[in-house]
Amino acid sequence: MKEKLVLIGNGMAGVRTLEELLKIAPDKYDITVFGAEPYGNYNRILLSPVLAGEKTIDQIMLNDKQWYADNGITLYCGKEKEVVQIDRRKRKVITSDGTTAEYDFLLLATGSNPFIVPVPGNDLPGVVTFRDIRDVDLMLEASKQHQHAVVIGGGLLGLEAANGLMRQGMSVTVVHIQDTLMERQLDKAAGELLRKSLEERGMHFYMPAQTTAIIGEDRVRGVRFKDGSELYADLVVMAVGIRPNIELAKKSGIHCERGIVANDTLQTYDPRVYAVGECVQHRGQAYGLVAPLFEQAKVCANHLAHLGYARYQGSMTSTKLKVTGIDLFSAGDFTGDETTEEIVIKDAARGMYKKIVLKDNRIHGAVMYGDTVDGAWYFQLMRDGTDVSAFRDHLMFGESHLGDAGHGGQNKAASMSDSMEVCGCNGVCKGAIVKAITDKGLFTLDEVRTHTKASSSCGSCTGLVEQIMSSVLGGGYSAAPKEKPVCKCTDHTHDEVRKVIRQQHLLSIPDVMHYLEWRTPNGCHSCRPALNYYLLCAWPAEYKDDAQSRFINERVHANIQKDGTYSVVPRMWGGVTTPDELRTIADVADKYKIPTVKVTGGQRIDLLGVKKEDLPDVWRDLNKGGMVSGHAYAKGLRTVKTCVGKEWCRFGTQDSTAMGIQLEKRTWGSWMPHKFKMAVSGCPRNCAEATIKDFGIVAVESGWELHVGGNGGVKVRATDLLCKVTTDAEVEEYCYAFIQLYREEAYYLDRTAPWIERVGLEYVKQRIVEDAEGRKALCERFVESQKYAQIDPWEERASHDVERHEFVPLKLVG
Amino acid sequence: MIETMTDWIEIGTLEDIPRLGSRVVRTTQGDIAIFRTAEDEVFALNDSCPHKGGPLSQGIVHGKRVTCPLHNWVLELSSGTAVAPDQGHTACFPVKVEDGMVRLSLQPQA
Repeated sequence: MKEKLVLIGNGMAGVRTLEELLKIAPDKYDITVFGAEPYGNYNRILLSPVLAGEKTIDQIMLNDKQWYADNGITLYCGKEKEVVQIDRRKRKVITSDGTTAEYDFLLLATGSNPFIVPVPGNDLPGVVTFRDIRDVDLMLEASKQHQHAVVIGGGLLGLEAANGLMRQGMSVTVVHIQDTLMERQLDKAAGELLRKSLEERGMHFYMPAQTTAIIGEDRVRGVRFKDGSELYADLVVMAVGIRPNIELAKKSGIHCERGIVANDTLQTYDPRVYAVGECVQHRGQAYGLVAPLFEQAKVCANHLAHLGYARYQGSMTSTKLKVTGIDLFSAGDFTGDETTEEIVIKDAARGMYKKIVLKDNRIHGAVMYGDTVDGAWYFQLMRDGTDVSAFRDHLMFGESHLGDAGHGGQNKAASMSDSMEVCGCNGVCKGAIVKAITDKGLFTLDEVRTHTKASSSCGSCTGLVEQIMSSVLGGGYSAAPKEKPVCKCTDHTHDEVRKVIRQQHLLSIPDVMHYLEWRTPNGCHSCRPALNYYLLCAWPAEYKDDAQSRFINERVHANIQKDGTYSVVPRMWGGVTTPDELRTIADVADKYKIPTVKVTGGQRIDLLGVKKEDLPDVWRDLNKGGMVSGHAYAKGLRTVKTCVGKEWCRFGTQDSTAMGIQLEKRTWGSWMPHKFKMAVSGCPRNCAEATIKDFGIVAVESGWELHVGGNGGVKVRATDLLCKVTTDAEVEEYCYAFIQLYREEAYYLDRTAPWIERVGLEYVKQRIVEDAEGRKALCERFVESQKYAQIDPWEERASHDVERHEFVPLKLVG
Repeated sequence: MIETMTDWIEIGTLEDIPRLGSRVVRTTQGDIAIFRTAEDEVFALNDSCPHKGGPLSQGIVHGKRVTCPLHNWVLELSSGTAVAPDQGHTACFPVKVEDGMVRLSLQPQA
């Protein structure tokens, strides 16, 4: 017989837990749900748009009653089905009309109650809270018959209610006890800007003011304040806050403080009873935003399914306001103290304000008003504890760099129309994203990425997508764990995986998966290439490369094109070629009827449209002409671009071409976390564009400048200067040491730019410039690993039949 | 399906297909991708992703699924159906392995 699970509370957190549970253990329980509201499960976050008339109740339903029936869940909902007693000894719950249900496990998701200000008259008709569908109905009803609304509470909830009522045509005054709106999320300056902008929309404010009574006889007529003044009102909304609803739990003897106390598995002090959502107090903290609640749901489901490995460790949250046209963002501690520093920009005329609070060169908190597109980036830096000293001088200007491509320079989602394109990679418009969020009930960035593909390719529009999500969903839609796992097959991070590979001397992908208890039998297209690389990097001599865990381009050593043909790029050392090489290329292009011959940005020649079965023959001919693979397909060294240097150029200060050729001869064939490009310029005019390469070298009269962490592409990033050296030998040593540090420490698919932004330039300088012994050791490890890497893959396949099955059909039929 | 109505074509041995890999059978109606899982099960799909026609035979095989090399759509090997939230379907062909010999039918599964 199945075990019985009872859920008390039919809200978002509880039902999300059931959904997560059904995903991983669909047949484990007979499930019964008790809900005090007479509906299925709806999206409480979207009550504000319903009040504002932008949505209907039907549009915010997440699970209608049919869903419960389809999943074999018994649903009791409505006032009379409110659970009034839990008999923990007999393990059953009892409702006010006497309905009972027995349980093996009980899940409490009783949510929270609005706080009612304890003043006389607070129970008069016309006094409402803002919490559920009934409240919204009451407000909508009142807005049709009455004119004057007073909203008590100038926080997130109060302002959303006030905005909604204003949209329904009422004259609205917001009463607030403090002198700053949303003082828990905003500092004084940002609060002032918000107030000004809301006043321009017609909202009135009465603050600071302490309410002492609600006046009226058979219906509310006004509000009285401590100083004796009064405001006329025929509708009063109490929106001063929420309190975890712990009454039932407390009555049943389950340990509660401010909320129901739960541990990292969301278990209460009764091991048969779990709790999720706003009613929970976890590590002293109660959460009211959706992202942490959904994290809890996931962990709780894991334990209800008796898998027993997930852990909830608390969430860091950020807030955005969902009042159309107002962009504000806040996260962390934005007040600061004597141990913190502040960076502030304010442009009141443009309605723009930004403040970042730093502590020990790390972001401690941030408040933004008007321009919030970088909120997600600051939040990420804060969560990761990134040292920002290297880019502190442009921190305030956001993550965007000169020349960002892909979203038409848009940085304000609010000003975009539905038909404007947000994601240039996948052609996704704003309207499509909004529709997916509301129709499919999406809450996290990952969900939006999976469903719409927006922001899932290059990621440059992530800020915009997050803005759209916040304008639809409001606060706290996203709070990923501090360090991301490698992929959905595991909870382990990249760092953990690499550490285990080294410490346990693991030598195969199955060994790693077994040791770290991967959830899938043989991983997925995300984790397998990453593991293959980590193993290769850790054990260059011992590890046997797994071709089936490589992306097709690296498996067949050519670049797949949209029509399934391939492109072939032979290596041209330092971008220098000869008439013989060019003749060979021309002959190959003729012989194999290659449709397109193109010069690349990295000073190479690309042969496009080669049929897969021709690849070995093409390579054999190129090999005969003295050319090897150009690795234009590899997560590894691509090209070293050079200028002609002092050999020809009247400005040249060093022989940049010879230096480029030397570096390429030593570094080709190495596998890395992502593609890696180098360039050598012969003078500061920098014709080889070395300052947008992963490793760029600029010659000066007295030696060489070494630059790191640049790239062109989606987010153009100019390099940071690593140091200056004088001899050619030093250039080589620093270069190989830098590459090896990147190989050993960056996450798979991180280019050098995001890696350096994560670890900080100071760290890289310390390892490469200051620590001479460490540098030498890195350099030696690189040289050692190159012994096994510098084998031309084209020759192996063209002349020695390696991986022959890749290039011939299994069978021709018909 | 009635066994006698199916024309089974010998296409090669199990060993000809790399584990967690794929080979192509070229037919007059187009390429068919033959996949082999880690457990040595064999599946056959039309070698064309329902999204933009990418060659599935070039993808990474994991579990009983393959990821298209062009835009990372994931398809079920046993049915040719795209894994949600993507929606689409590519033809799936019957295959059987007997005594190490792989046989394919060109009648797509209903």
